[in-house]
This record gives sequence, C-alpha cells and structure tokens, in this order.
Amino acid sequence: AAMEVPLSHGLASRAAALATGYLCYRRGSPGRGLALRSLRRARRQDIDDVGHKYYLELELEDVLDKDSTVICTAEVLYHLGNKNIAPDVQFTLEGELKNTDEADNIFYNRIKSLEKELVAENIPDSHGNVPPEMEPIRLLAWVASGYVIWQNSTENTKFQLAQIKHVKQVKRSDEYLEFDYMILLHDMVSQEIIPWEMTVLWHPQHGVQVTQDSRQPKHA
Amino acid sequence: TSTMKLILIFSALFGACLCLETFVGHQVLRIKTRNEEEVKQLQLLESLEHLELDFWINPSTAALPVDVRIPANNVQAVKAFLESHGIEYSILIEDLQVVLDKEKEDMAYGQQRERSSNSFNYGVYHTLDSIYAELDHLASEYSNIVSKFQIGQSYEKRPLYVLKFSTGGSNRPAIWLDAGIHSREWVTQASAIWIAKKIASDYGIDPSVTSLLNKMDIFLLTVSNPDGYVFTHTTNRMWRKTRSKNPGSVCVGVDPNRNWDAGFGGPGASSNPCSDSYRGPSANSEVEVRSVVNFIKNHGNIRAFLTLHSYSQLLMYPYGYKCTQPADYAELHALGRAAASSIRSLYGTTFTVGSICTTIYQASGGSIDWSYDYGIKYSFAFELRDTGRYGFVLPASQIIPTAEETWLGLKKIMEHVRDNPY
Repeated sequence: AAMEVPLSHGLASRAAALATGYLCYRRGSPGRGLALRSLRRARRQDIDDVGHKYYLELELEDVLDKDSTVICTAEVLYHLGNKNIAPDVQFTLEGELKNTDEADNIFYNRIKSLEKELVAENIPDSHGNVPPEMEPIRLLAWVASGYVIWQNSTENTKFQLAQIKHVKQVKRSDEYLEFDYMILLHDMVSQEIIPWEMTVLWHPQHGVQVTQDSRQPKHA
Repeated sequence: TSTMKLILIFSALFGACLCLETFVGHQVLRIKTRNEEEVKQLQLLESLEHLELDFWINPSTAALPVDVRIPANNVQAVKAFLESHGIEYSILIEDLQVVLDKEKEDMAYGQQRERSSNSFNYGVYHTLDSIYAELDHLASEYSNIVSKFQIGQSYEKRPLYVLKFSTGGSNRPAIWLDAGIHSREWVTQASAIWIAKKIASDYGIDPSVTSLLNKMDIFLLTVSNPDGYVFTHTTNRMWRKTRSKNPGSVCVGVDPNRNWDAGFGGPGASSNPCSDSYRGPSANSEVEVRSVVNFIKNHGNIRAFLTLHSYSQLLMYPYGYKCTQPADYAELHALGRAAASSIRSLYGTTFTVGSICTTIYQASGGSIDWSYDYGIKYSFAFELRDTGRYGFVLPASQIIPTAEETWLGLKKIMEHVRDNPY
C-alpha cells in the first residue's frame, strides 16, 4: 500500500524534481521549458524485490509565461539494486500547454540560415544574465538536461541544470539542428557540480533528442 | 525593381535637415531578420545615407536582431519599407528624447544622492572589496548604532568583518546572522549587505526594529568565506568550500558547513578532500569556522543563530546530523511557519519549513546543529531563492526582492526572540 509522504520531505522533492526533468524532456522545446511550481501530493510505496514507487501530483509552469500552468500526475519507480537502470516515469497532463510552433520555427530558421556555426559560453553568466537571443539555446539545454537527469537519478540525487559552460552548433546536411553542449549539473544531495557533455538534436516536428552524453571528470 | 521603389519612396524626403540637437520623435526599432535575404535588404537601407539611420546593432547575420535609431521624419517611411518586405520589427523606444530626459533626471538625482549618502548599488553583485568598502560606509553613516570589528582572518589572511548593531548596554542578549559561508551562493552575501542597510536605516523609524535594538544587539557577518568568494569571482563561479590546502591531496578546500563540532564525522559529509562536502581533517579545522565559534563562546549571550544559504527556498531548524526531532521542535516549527508566512506575504515566494534532515538530507557538522546543541535555542538555516531555474546564478534583478522578503522572515524570528527571553 502507498503511504502519504509529507510534502516538505526530501524524498518527495527528489522524486518531483526527477519527474519534472523527464516531463520537460518529453514536452519541451527551445520555445517551451517546464519547471516545477509546486508539489501538491506525494505517496510512496515499497514494492518487494522491485523498488520504491512514488505517486505524485505536481503543478508545472511554463518558464517563459508563469501564468501558463498544467497539473501533472506522475508515477516514478526507482529500481532496487542495479543503479544503472533509469527510473521508470509515467505521467499524464491536465490542461493545455501553450503552442510554441511560431517561436520554434523562427528559432529554427534563424539557426539554419547562420553562415557560421553558433558558439557561446557561460549561459547564464556569473550574474544570472542570459542575452535574449540565447534564451532558446538555453531552453534547449534545459530540456535536454531533463533526459540526462532522468537517466542518472536515484533516490539519493536531486539534479538541476546549473549552467551551460559551452555550446557549439554542429552543421548538418539534413533537416535537424545539432548542438554540442558542455553543461554543469548540480546535485543538491551531494552538493557536487558535475560537468556533463551532451549532443542534442532538434527539429520543430521531431522534438528533442540526446544522441550521446557522458559525465566528465571534475577539475581539482 | 525594389531598389527603384526604395529610391522613389525616400527621394521625397531627401534633404531633411537635422539641424536641431534633439531626438524628439526619434524611434528605435528592433528588426528581426529571418534569413540572409532580409539582412541584405537592411544593408541596402543602411547604405542610404540621407536617411541618417543610426544602427546600434548593424545588420550582419540573421541570428542577431538589428537595432536602429530613425530620425522622426523618416520613421514612417522606414516602417513602410519594412512592412512591404514582410520584415518583422518592434518598437524598442517610442520617443528617444523622452528616454534621454528621464536619464538626465535620474543622473542628477543620483549625483545628489551620491553627495548625500553613497552610490552603492544594492541591486547588483559586488566584489569582496566593494562589499568591505560598504561595511565601512555603513559604520560611518550610522555610527550611532553600527560598528565594524574583526573576528579573525581567513585561510588566505583576509579579514572576517562583523557589523555590530547596538544602542548601548553591556553585553546585551544578541542575535547572530551570517551569510556566504558557501561562496557560490551569491544572493546571500548580496542580501546580507542590503539587510545591514535596512536595519541601520530602520532604527528610529520602524517600531519593531527600534524596540528590537533597544533590547538586543545584532551581529552580522556578511561574508563568512571571503577566500571562496574571491575565487568565485576570479576563477570558478561554482566554488563552495574554503580555500585551505589539504595535505597529501591536489584538491583544495573544506566544506565549512560540515566542519562544525556537531555529529562531526557522521553520515552526510565526505572524508574525501576532493568532495564538495568534505568535512575537513577535524572539527573546527577551518579558521573561518573557528573564528565564529570563538566569538560566540566569548560573547556568552547569543540567543539566536541564523544563517543564510541558497538555493531551494527552505527554512530549516535542527537537526541535520541526526533525523530525530530537537527538544524544542514544536516551537521552532511554529516559528518557522510564521516566518515563512511573512516571507510569502511580500511576493508570494513559498518556503518549505522543516528540519534539515527530513527536508533536504542528513548532513553532519552543520552550523545550526552546533549552535543549538551549544544552547542557542533559536537556530535556523535559510535557503533563499530560487528553486533551480537559475540556482546559484540568480539574476541580479532578484537580489532586492529576495533580500526584502528574507528580511521579513528574519524579522519575525527576531521579534519572537526579543519577546521570549530564555
């Protein structure tokens, strides 16, 4: 049977962060990033020989339009034992997400027509600034990091994207846009800052894909 | 051809004279080009010198917007040109002269304020030197209640400065507040200096602050980890720890909030010098921690210990090193909830209240566990904005709102401490 978890409990907030990351990956784009506004309910169940399952009710907001929110019901299953299996996440959304076709297409065309590949560093910068034209690049990383977070989370981690250290566009002959990112993930539980490299593919009709990713060694 | 069309449209306006030194009616447009073709159109426009177009950002690539100032009498013509080519634009500045007049007004006002007080901008992040200069300024401007003294030196020999807020008496019961023990948490040092100014300027005006300082002293350490703070400016924005050398390791620094003598060596801290939660070789090994401990012990009459961290929006009480409730759990939890309510009343920012262990994680060697077990009942740790959208790199525009709401929470706690002597 599933037991209520106090909303203030660290375990509930970790599961909520994981669910949010996964959701953002599945539904995000350079024109839409989703963030957790509030955790409304959390229950936890120990399933013998399988793992720990969380039943969550979340309220998510569109980072570009805080008034646009959706309710999400999610189930998160952390597998026992083998830490190399990503948690299972299922979700349903109540409410409409804003349509981002126009913003996505404008961004797509802008990048497609660049003569020189886009290169940028430190987004946001030390003072939290993001130049407006870099916002879609940043959201794309936010969405893609949701994948990395999902794949690498356990009940003992709580990851957030801390900063983009470096991003470089890779020109392709097909219709996709490709970017190589070096990001910093922050794990709230261990307090570590973990550099992570990821290759991200995107097309307005085909969503975001992370085609390769690897954890990088920390500098001393 | 479109070039002919261009020349026809603008030839009527050729010869407009800009003899006046004003920008009345000048508009600044932001033009969003979608492809190279549109960029070329703009470059054509740029070449028509009689339009006296002033490009603040030149057309070069479709990836960047083009900002251009247009003299008043050419505005309509340029817009017509853009619209006929389907080029998107928005109006950045409706009337440049209005903006310039306001700017002049602001500067004059600013200069006046500069003469009368200081020009420290609380809404941006500052270097250590700049913060230290402001501490001196506050101590000087509010010398009747504010004084600055040193409690020790950091590992790299930087002074650890504390501001004392006092209206007199001898060793009155006091409240301790510190910020920036983890150097990357920039909104905490920034909030602390704003709070210092707030306390100083509110005395004699705000009844609550006035009655508080009439009975108690406040000690404020705005930068607990100056070596780390400088390092975040010069080298690594994400640095957390002190900068002490670890013998036998290439890795530098100890997590100063795992170094206190509270459950030291227990779970929730690392024994690896390369870890961001490395507890250090022994409790109080870090001079930054030892200096505070010595001050508190020597003072002997500290009644509350409050510390600022970021991020996560949490308001926590002991314990971190164990998951059992402190004896004063009921009172601390209720007070925490009242403080969180005060915080929320300003901008709707929600803080979660709970013990460290249940709310984030088990963590040994933390400061408020030490202060609580030492006998300082009102021990709280704040995690300020945000919840991860920006995390440590919180935009400077959020400094003052964060400081304002945090201050309301702190004030609620301080009022309770004032009214509940023990």
